[in-house]
Amino acid sequence: MFSYILKRTLGAIPTLLALIIISFLLMHAAPGGPFTLDKHPPPEVMANLNAKYGLDQPLLVQLWRYLTGIIFHFDFGPSFVYKDRTVNEIIAQGFPVTLAYGGWAFVFAVTIGVSLGIVAAIFQNTWLDYLSIGTTIGASVLPNFVLGPILILVFTRWLGWLPGGGWEGGDWRHMAMPIIAMATAYMASIARITRSSMLEVLTSNHIRTARAKGLPSWKVITRHALKPALIPVLSYLGPVFVAMITGSVVVDMLFSTAGIGKFFVDSALNRDYAVMMGVTLLAGFLTIFFNLLVDVAYAWIDPKIRY
Amino acid sequence: MKKQLLLTTVLGLALAAPVLAETKNGKELADNQAFSLTMIDSIKSFDPQLISSVEDADVARSIFEGLMDTDQDGNLIPAGALSFTVSDDKLVYTFKLNPASKWSNGRMVTASDYVFGWQRLVDPALASEYAYYMELAQVKNAAKVTAGEMPAADLGVKAIDDLTLEVTLDNPIPYFAKMVVNTSMFPAPKEVIEKFGDVWTKQENIVTNGAYRLTQVVDGEKYVVEKDPNYWDAKDVVMSPVTYLVVNDDDAGLQRYLAGEIDRVPIPSGKYPDMLAQYPTEAHSYPSACTYAYIINVATGKGSEALHDVRVRKALSLAVDRNVITDKLLKSGQTPAYSWTPPTINGYSMPGIDYADMTQDQRNEAARKLLADAGFGPDKPLQITLNYNTSEGHKQIAVAVQQMWKQTLGVELTPNNYEWKVHTDKMIAGDFEMARYAWCADYNEASTFLDLWTSYSTNNDGKYSNSEYDKLLKDAKTMADPSANYTAAEQILATDMPIIPIYDYTTSRMLKADVIGFSDHDPMNNWYAKDLYRVKQ
Repeated sequence: MFSYILKRTLGAIPTLLALIIISFLLMHAAPGGPFTLDKHPPPEVMANLNAKYGLDQPLLVQLWRYLTGIIFHFDFGPSFVYKDRTVNEIIAQGFPVTLAYGGWAFVFAVTIGVSLGIVAAIFQNTWLDYLSIGTTIGASVLPNFVLGPILILVFTRWLGWLPGGGWEGGDWRHMAMPIIAMATAYMASIARITRSSMLEVLTSNHIRTARAKGLPSWKVITRHALKPALIPVLSYLGPVFVAMITGSVVVDMLFSTAGIGKFFVDSALNRDYAVMMGVTLLAGFLTIFFNLLVDVAYAWIDPKIRY
Repeated sequence: MKKQLLLTTVLGLALAAPVLAETKNGKELADNQAFSLTMIDSIKSFDPQLISSVEDADVARSIFEGLMDTDQDGNLIPAGALSFTVSDDKLVYTFKLNPASKWSNGRMVTASDYVFGWQRLVDPALASEYAYYMELAQVKNAAKVTAGEMPAADLGVKAIDDLTLEVTLDNPIPYFAKMVVNTSMFPAPKEVIEKFGDVWTKQENIVTNGAYRLTQVVDGEKYVVEKDPNYWDAKDVVMSPVTYLVVNDDDAGLQRYLAGEIDRVPIPSGKYPDMLAQYPTEAHSYPSACTYAYIINVATGKGSEALHDVRVRKALSLAVDRNVITDKLLKSGQTPAYSWTPPTINGYSMPGIDYADMTQDQRNEAARKLLADAGFGPDKPLQITLNYNTSEGHKQIAVAVQQMWKQTLGVELTPNNYEWKVHTDKMIAGDFEMARYAWCADYNEASTFLDLWTSYSTNNDGKYSNSEYDKLLKDAKTMADPSANYTAAEQILATDMPIIPIYDYTTSRMLKADVIGFSDHDPMNNWYAKDLYRVKQ
């Protein structure tokens, strides 16, 4: 097991490197740059800007400087747009926010989604099945840029129960609506995967044996059906978790959480190269890390899997 | 008897004092003097010489202070400087500084602080995006210093003594004094910047000289400033604390305003009539110094050949029913624009533009005739493209104009939207036939608009070139009263029509009814937090 983890970790390094190089080249291929502004800076000002940020160097030199900055100083560069902040600072401030509401949203989405999926599978083709799946699909079909403003209207404006935005250090009242908006997006797919996986397991041989032995239904499900049913769900949850903790642009914008989700889009639109690279690397690293975690979890769930 | 008089006086004053202290301009002040407003995005920089965003400048004006401020009518009032004199040749300005002006670390603000701030604006090492402002202000050698051809010490600004600042200009522009209002001309604390370098603006390091101090920074979320008791005019500063909240979505912001969370928010596009009807004392809309236009590419060998014909350009401009756009689409009190410079600009009087006074039917008639003369008609329809940056609002206007041109002139317009950077990049490269553009004033004088269409302007993407126009604007820099030249320049634009002006912008805001201090007619939107106060309802 340990050598497996070690192999995977070492294999991650060339993956991340490839991610950096491809992202870097793609970014610079897009027309316009960080200083392509409405009020076009005159040539001498442009020259000064390019010199200060090293943008007048050949592309490979810039890439090299960027890589050495990360490897030797863990410095992901300055923001070209938010001039008082570095990429490290932006991520250090924004990621915990997104991790907090994304993490909780994940907990809710999984808890509710898996439970509803199991219920739907056990009571297949009954009203419980239709209700569970129907609710989650309804929640997912409503995009979060529609749900968000509705939540603000209901909870902030009409009821006055929750503040309409801001973060205030992670106070639960400020987290509630981002969590709801985020969780509903994924609940349906989690429920559906759980349901179909569970259905498949429930028709398998070992379950028939267990029932034939006379075990009560609940024991059959919890002791024999649940674990194998969760394997496909788990492989889906790895990327979903990463997607949730890297946040949603829409949620960040609507609720002004100052999370990192907004930077994924803004840095691209602003051509803020260092920030774009930083958040892309963060997402890449988290994806690799959590996929590894998921694979390790398989071994725990399914004794047949050995690395 | 004397003792009784004294006692009565003292007692009287003691009773009156609370009442006297809590009024401003004759109105009783509310107990709560906290104020919150929104910003569309995080602050990009607190450093006055690095600021290029309007909202960042709003915050900077509360914690820093420059030589002069403007009042609600846009007139200059003393701030960091008490007065100034101008030499006979109008090339040398001497500012007498306010001796009571202090930095938040206790040190007096001196002329050297202004010299340092101005020099660093143009210093190539700082690489400020706004460095060109010093050039616009005609300060001597500004362009050469920015280009690295001269050291910063050669910039035309000198500290004669601690309280006297002398500025030398390249050209005797009559509006120089207005330009010192901009945040890029604010002083900078040299010892603090040298000590902390890039991180001098962090809340724990920053040293400021304005009416407020920066007390809390939560990046991306909010910025809080509180009244500085050592400010030279602290006795007149009422509103405190002032909280700038980052709210990325205007609709969400409006909901939060209506729920009582925020005191001032922008009104989302198109919602002004509703808000005015429902909240007449809270919805405001007033002109701002920005113009929206379609730029035509008239560079030789570029753009659409048809559009190189002035008759075609005029026909297109005539056939735009601007009132439909302002009254039916925008609905926030915007006004149709027939000239490039907005009429609200200080000291600018709009010349009579012939087609501004026609009815739309008359314009359409004239347009059809012009287009026919140019050789286009139903059997030979004019086909052109329009670039605009992705936005619902720009799309609506483009579609409306497309319809107007189709119905009136049979013109087939293809609107293409591009992401903003791509759109700007195409404009700079001259890769467009017609492009949507907008320009906001850098300072409150007509040249900030008219200079754009000179052949030597960096922003003249359509490459319009008219030597008479160039001469008018070059001469304007040395005239005591350039308005005749500006009027003539606008007439040339109306004759050549290298741009199709569409409308002049407005600023529309919801503001709690008890807040006083915002001007409703300053096109530059130069508001100061120290002017604000809440009255008892």
